[in-house]
Amino acid sequence: MAKTFKFSLDGAVLEAREGETVLEAAERAGVRIPHYCWHRALGNPGNCRMCIVEVEGAPKPQVSCRLPAREGLVVRSATPAARRAQASALELHLVDHPLDCPVCDQSGECGLQDYYMDIGRYPSAMREDKAHAGKRLPIGPHIMLDQERCIMCTRCTRFTAQVSKSHELGIFGRGHAQVVDVVPGRSLDNPYSGNLADICPVGALTDRDFRFQVRVWYLDETASLCPGCSRGCAIFAHTSTKRPWHNKGRRLARLKPRSNPEVNGHWVCDEGRYGFADFDSDRLGKVMRLKGDAAERPWDAVSDEIAVAWHQVVRNKKAEGLAVVASGALSNEDWQAFKSLFVDALKLSRFLFTPEPDQVGAEDELLRRRDKVPNLAGGMALGFGTRIKSLTWDALAGDIEAGKVWGLYVVDRDPLKVWGEEGRGLLERLDFLVYQGPRKGLTGDLAHFRLPATAWLEEDGHFTNFQGRVQSYRQALAPLGAAKPDWAIFAGLEASWRSGGGL
Amino acid sequence: MSRPDPLLTKHFDETRLHELETFRRLGGYEGLKKALAMGREALMAEMNKSNLRGLGGAGFGAAMKWSTVIPEAKNPGPRYVVVNCDESEPGCFKDRVLVTRSPHALIEGLLIAAYAIDAQRAFIFIRGEYELQHRILQKALDEARAAGLVGEHILGSGFSCAIDLMRGAGAYISGLDTALLETMEGKKAWPRQPPPFPTAAGLMGRPTVVNNVETLSMVPHIVLRGGEWFAKLGTAKSGGTVLFSVSGHVEKPGVYEFPMGTPLREILAAAGGVKGGKRLKAVIPGGVSTPVLTADELDIPMDFEAPRAKGTFLGAGGVIVLDETADMVMVAHNIERFLAHESCGQCTPCRQGSFWHERILERGLSGGGTAQDLATLERAGENITGKVICALGDTVGVVTRALMKKFPEDFKAKFPERRG
Repeated sequence: MAKTFKFSLDGAVLEAREGETVLEAAERAGVRIPHYCWHRALGNPGNCRMCIVEVEGAPKPQVSCRLPAREGLVVRSATPAARRAQASALELHLVDHPLDCPVCDQSGECGLQDYYMDIGRYPSAMREDKAHAGKRLPIGPHIMLDQERCIMCTRCTRFTAQVSKSHELGIFGRGHAQVVDVVPGRSLDNPYSGNLADICPVGALTDRDFRFQVRVWYLDETASLCPGCSRGCAIFAHTSTKRPWHNKGRRLARLKPRSNPEVNGHWVCDEGRYGFADFDSDRLGKVMRLKGDAAERPWDAVSDEIAVAWHQVVRNKKAEGLAVVASGALSNEDWQAFKSLFVDALKLSRFLFTPEPDQVGAEDELLRRRDKVPNLAGGMALGFGTRIKSLTWDALAGDIEAGKVWGLYVVDRDPLKVWGEEGRGLLERLDFLVYQGPRKGLTGDLAHFRLPATAWLEEDGHFTNFQGRVQSYRQALAPLGAAKPDWAIFAGLEASWRSGGGL
Repeated sequence: MSRPDPLLTKHFDETRLHELETFRRLGGYEGLKKALAMGREALMAEMNKSNLRGLGGAGFGAAMKWSTVIPEAKNPGPRYVVVNCDESEPGCFKDRVLVTRSPHALIEGLLIAAYAIDAQRAFIFIRGEYELQHRILQKALDEARAAGLVGEHILGSGFSCAIDLMRGAGAYISGLDTALLETMEGKKAWPRQPPPFPTAAGLMGRPTVVNNVETLSMVPHIVLRGGEWFAKLGTAKSGGTVLFSVSGHVEKPGVYEFPMGTPLREILAAAGGVKGGKRLKAVIPGGVSTPVLTADELDIPMDFEAPRAKGTFLGAGGVIVLDETADMVMVAHNIERFLAHESCGQCTPCRQGSFWHERILERGLSGGGTAQDLATLERAGENITGKVICALGDTVGVVTRALMKKFPEDFKAKFPERRG
C-alpha cells in the first residue's frame, strides 16, 4: 500500500497519498479549492493561479495544485487573505472576458460564474475597452471556439497533446494578444473532440450540437452507460422534458462523460456522444399486428396471438425452424428473459447474435471498441457465443432459402438492411415474422407482428462490458407509447406460451 | 580610498581585445590553465570563498549554483552549462559591451564553469537582436577551437567541452533561465515552475547551470587571484566588481565598472552627472524591473543586500537616470506597456494585469484618469505580485506602485479627484 500523509486543510485533517498535491488530496476528500487549469487527467501547469492557499510557515501564498502534501502541513484555503488572493485571480480572469453570459451556452455550468458567486461578488473596477478576438469559430465538426471567452488554462491544448495525441490545437501569439486556435490547415476532428467542450471551464469551447438548444438549468441528469460499443463508458444523460418547446422538442439534450477510472477515465468518444441525437425520431409506440387481422393490439392479446401461432405451427413444423435474431444491445435482464423464453421454454437452436457485419467499426487504444454493441458479454455469460453458437447472416439466408427456417423473431436488428433488397424475398417467404425494437428500421414493415420496445434511456438495466464488468444504468425518460422493456415482452410471451396462449 | 583596477573593463582600450592573440598576450586563458591544473575541488573552494553573485539580476551565489548540480555518479548522463546572453532588460547593455569587446573572457569563464561541474557540452544563448555580437562570438569560438581551447582535450588535459551558439527569437522572457531552456528546446518561452531547478533538471531534463555573461567573465579572475581577494573587492556578501549600464539623462551614458557596494551618487558622478545641469528627479537602479529611487536615496551602497532596505534591487545594474522633466506616469506607462507586450501570457495575473495597468495608465495620460484608478492600480498591483509564476509578473505589480508611492504628485495630477 502506498504511503499516506496527514495534513490539515481549513482545520480538517485530510489524508494524502504519496506524490499527491494538496489540491488533489482535497478534491479526493470532496473539499473544493477553486481552480481552472488543474484537471486530474491533464496535470497541473499552475497557470490560472486560482487555487492559492496560505501555508503555515511559508512567506508567500502558494498555489495548492503544485504544493506537495506533506505530513503535518497546515493549509488554509478559506482565510480572508486566501479568499482575497483567489478573488483577485478571478478578477484578473474577468478583466477582458466579454461577460456575454446571456447568450453563452456555458451559463449555468461556467467556472467563472460559479466562482464569482462563491468567492467573488466584488464590484467591477474594469473601465477600459475590452480586448477583442475571434468569435464563433467552427474549428471542427463538433466544437465552436470563442477566443474572447478563453482564460488560457490550456486544458484543451493539453488534451489534444496528451489524450487524443492529435495536436490540432495550439496557443498562438504572446501575452494578452495570444489565442487558442487550430493549427493552420487542420480541423479539430479527432474522434474525441467532444470532450473539449466538457473540459473547457468557460464558454470558449462549446458543443455545436447543443448550442442554443436549451439552458442547462432546465436539464435533468441521469447516470447511464453509453451503449455505443462494448466498453460501456459511464455517462450522464441530460434530458429536457419539462419544456418541450426547447431543444426542438427532443427529450435527449446531450450525453456527457461520467468519470470512471476503471473504464473510460473522464472521456467518451464522439461516436458515442453524438450517435444518439435522433433518440426520439422514428420510434415505435404501438403494438401492431400487420398481417392477417391487421390492427393495433393490447399487449396481452398480441402475446396470446403469437403464442397460439407458435403452438399451431410448431405442431406441424419443427421448432428448429424458428430462428431468432438478437441484438448485443440487450441488457443482462433482457438476456435472461430471452434465454428463458427461447432456449428453456421454446427450445430453439437457431440464433444469430454476433454483430457481423452491421455493427462493427473503428477501434483505438483509448476507448473505442470494435463491437459497436454494449452487451455481447452479458449474452455470453448465459451461453450465447459459448455453448450456443451464432449463425452468420449468410447461413441464415441459406436456411430460409432452403426452407429449413419457417419463422423468424427479430430483436432490434435489421435483416433487410444487412441483406439488401434481395432479403425482401426471403422475409416474405416466412410463415411467421416478429419484429421487436425501439425503431422499425427497414424490416419492421414486413413483420406479421411489430412490438415496440423501450430504448436504453427508458429503462433500468445492466450491461456487462468487454472487461466483464457489470454496470448499471438508470431510467432517464418515460417509455414512448406502449413500449415495454425487452425483458417484459419476452416474459409476457413466455407466460402466454406456457399457458397455451389461450388455446 | 583609491579605486581598485577594474577586472572586466581593464583592457577595453585595446582595440583588438576581441582577437585571441591580443587576449592571450594580456593574460587571457591563464585562468583556464590554472583551473585545469588545480582540480575541481580546489577550484570550488576558491569559488566558495569568492562571494561571486549571479550578475544577470537575481544575485544567486554562483558557487552555490554550481555545487547544487547533481553529480554524474547520482544521475548518469550529460550535464550542461548554458550562458544567458539574452540581455533584454530595458536599461541594461553591459553584456552586449562585454561580448563585443572581450568575447574570450566569456569563453574562458564558461570553460572553467563547465570543468567545475564536469559538463562536456555548453551553449551560449544570445539574444536574436545581437547580430554583431553573434558574429563576434562565433569568430572567437572558431579561433579558440583552432587553438585547442574548445573541443577535445582542452590545453592537452583530459577535459573536453564543445560550445555551441544559439540565437534567440526576440522574446524578453527568454532571458529568464527556465524560459530560456524552453526556447532552446524549441518550445514556447513559458517559464517553468521550479522545483525542479535547472541544476537538477534543466536543458532536456538534464542538470544544467545557467549563468549570465558577466558572471562567467568574472570567473578567470577568481581562479588567478583567489576567492578571498575577489570577495574583499566587494561587500560582506557580494564579492568583486559589477558593471553598471548608465543611461537616461546623464552626460556620459555607458558601461562603468565599480566594486560592489559603490553608492549610486559615485556612479552618477562618473557618468558626468545629470545632463544639461538639470535637477535629478529619480533613478531606476537596476533596469526597469527594479523599483525607483528618489534623488534623496543615492547613498545606498549598490550591492545585492543594501538596496533591499529601500525596497529595490541591484538587478542587472541598469541605472536609468531621470531628470526633473520626467513625468512618472509616463514612466510607469512606458514600463507597463513594455511588460504587457513581453508578458509570455502563461499565467493570468501577469497576462491580464500588465495589459490592464497599461490601459489605465494610458487613460490617465490622455486625460481620463480619476483618483479611483489609483486605488485600482494599488489593489491590482498588490494582487499580482507574489502570486504569479515568474519575476516578470511580480514586476508588473511592483513597478507602478513604487512610482506611485514615491511620486504621488505626478499621479495625482493625471488622476485627480472628480465629482459625479
